Amino acid sequence: MREIIITELTQASHDLARGFAHYLPRLIVMLIIAFVGWVMAYLLKALVRSILRLTKFSKLSENSGATQLLKQAALPSSTELLSRFVFWVAWVGFILMGVSVLGIVGLQEYISRFFLFLPRLFVSLVILFFGLLAASFFSRAVLLAAVNANFRSSRLLSISTRVIISIFALSMVFEVLGVAEQTMLIAFGTAFGAVMLGLAIAFGLGGKELAREFLERRLVTGKREEKEDELSPL
Amino acid sequence: MAQETLLTDDFLRQLINVGEVDIVVGLPTHNNGKTIDPVIRSIQSGILKCFPRERVVIINADGGSQDGTPERVTGASIDDVWSASKVYALRTLHSISTQYARSPEPGTALRTILAAADLLRAKACVLVSPDSTTIEPDWLQRLARPVYNDNFDLVSPIYRRQPSEGVLLRNLLYPMTRAIYGQRIREPYASEFAISGRLATDFLAKDIWNEEWGRIGAEICLTTTAISGTYRTCQCFLGTKTNPDRSGSDLVATMRRTVGALFASLTGDFPVWSRITGSQAVPTFGTQPEVTLDGARVNRKRLRDMFATGVAQLEPVFQSILSASTLSELKTIATLEVSDFNFPADVWAKTVFEFAASYHRSVISRDHIVQALVPLYRGRALTFLLENREGSGEDIEKSVESLCGEFERLKPYLLEVWADRK
Repeated sequence: MREIIITELTQASHDLARGFAHYLPRLIVMLIIAFVGWVMAYLLKALVRSILRLTKFSKLSENSGATQLLKQAALPSSTELLSRFVFWVAWVGFILMGVSVLGIVGLQEYISRFFLFLPRLFVSLVILFFGLLAASFFSRAVLLAAVNANFRSSRLLSISTRVIISIFALSMVFEVLGVAEQTMLIAFGTAFGAVMLGLAIAFGLGGKELAREFLERRLVTGKREEKEDELSPL
Repeated sequence: MAQETLLTDDFLRQLINVGEVDIVVGLPTHNNGKTIDPVIRSIQSGILKCFPRERVVIINADGGSQDGTPERVTGASIDDVWSASKVYALRTLHSISTQYARSPEPGTALRTILAAADLLRAKACVLVSPDSTTIEPDWLQRLARPVYNDNFDLVSPIYRRQPSEGVLLRNLLYPMTRAIYGQRIREPYASEFAISGRLATDFLAKDIWNEEWGRIGAEICLTTTAISGTYRTCQCFLGTKTNPDRSGSDLVATMRRTVGALFASLTGDFPVWSRITGSQAVPTFGTQPEVTLDGARVNRKRLRDMFATGVAQLEPVFQSILSASTLSELKTIATLEVSDFNFPADVWAKTVFEFAASYHRSVISRDHIVQALVPLYRGRALTFLLENREGSGEDIEKSVESLCGEFERLKPYLLEVWADRK
């Protein structure tokens, strides 16, 4: 009995030692890959940061309104955030490559899924950025046009434009990511419909005077001329 | 090459038929059927009276008129003018027309006329506005003579204006071009002017025609080209200038083709204007006519409200364009009622300079920067009208001169904000 136990223990320790000896080089390889990955990711981060600074990305980000959003959320600047994002994506990618060397059954599938997800993540970030840029540009254009046309609810129009374009961009992002596609579709439809209905009611009921003024300005030219100034800029 | 693609085959044929000329009279039009006849008659009378021996051609560049304007130009008979003036031209007077686009583009119209003048080797090119109902035959002589006889390269007009006219010119375009380029040209954006063949050729070669602002606002760029280069410039008094459709003009579009084009040309000309200090008078011919006060209907309360609303509503936009101190001053001005309203000259000059610097740095869309200036201009226009409500022509001149002084005094401030040191 005693001998059997000793034999089994010896066998087990031998197996463990063999297994460890079998995995040790792979583990070392994984650690080396992770370290090399860290160095590569760090260099990539520095490169991306330099490129973004050279191309004045922060200005573009400011124009899109992304900087303001980040400030409100107490997050670093868009340049810093994007370079950090590149660092982490690159390093996690290298770590997963290292883990795959270990040959753990079942992990391979998750790793390949992660790499397949990366392009979609990148595309969704691009869509989000340009969506915010478009929302900022068009909301400002609407605000300026409305103010110069002496429209009373200029801010409301501008904010509505920003919200609609942002919702549209977000729904596209979720669709690309494949996250709750149906829910997002319904949510977007509902939100868009609600905004439109709200605007229609606000314009029709809340802004009866405004609607009348608008229609008069459009249809009754005589009245318009009476209100215009005889001020000649040139 | 550019001219070959710009001018149509039909127009080139017409130009070949005309041959070389001494003077080109350019007439850019778009649906000017109501006013074109007296303008054409004045031009023809001017040619018969002042240039009977010269080879002159009237060139109409039309932007897609639907009211038969080009036909009126080419079909205008000189017989009536002959019988009225009893003077006969010794040369054939040609009137030709071309449609440069289906919609009006002032810059392209000017380019077409200048390209034609260049091809015809004209010594002088006179541009006349088709809606100048107050034009007199003498205008042609006053504009063309300094170029044709005295070798000037640009003759800019000076008009007799009412206080409610030329408000943007008096409060922004003139003071700013004077402070920046150091030349006192009263009408940097003129609807009537004359240029030499040399300036026309050089201006055609400039790299502005592919830019949006070049297509819509080349006139002001022509002036800045002349005053910043080695060209001889002068001014001449013409007479009364009235805008027949004062209420119908789109202020935003006007700002784009004047202020937008001026801001755009500043970037390229920086090496020239950054070294200039003060300003000098340019030779001026003729006598200045008296200004009579007009009874223009201006809703002052509406101007004040549009200014105040603009300052309040556009605050997020102004935060990107203006310094905190200037924005704070604008907010204070926006609280004033019409009776106390005052947009001081120094604050206005600083505001305009900060807009120009922001335009240069493209802090936001450049078109949005120009649009954002519109409500602030309304505030300044109100101050100008209140200041000169009962003033004489001399008082208005003093007021404009004082504003120009502020622009010149604050030019170092423009250089600072231009370099983003503020």
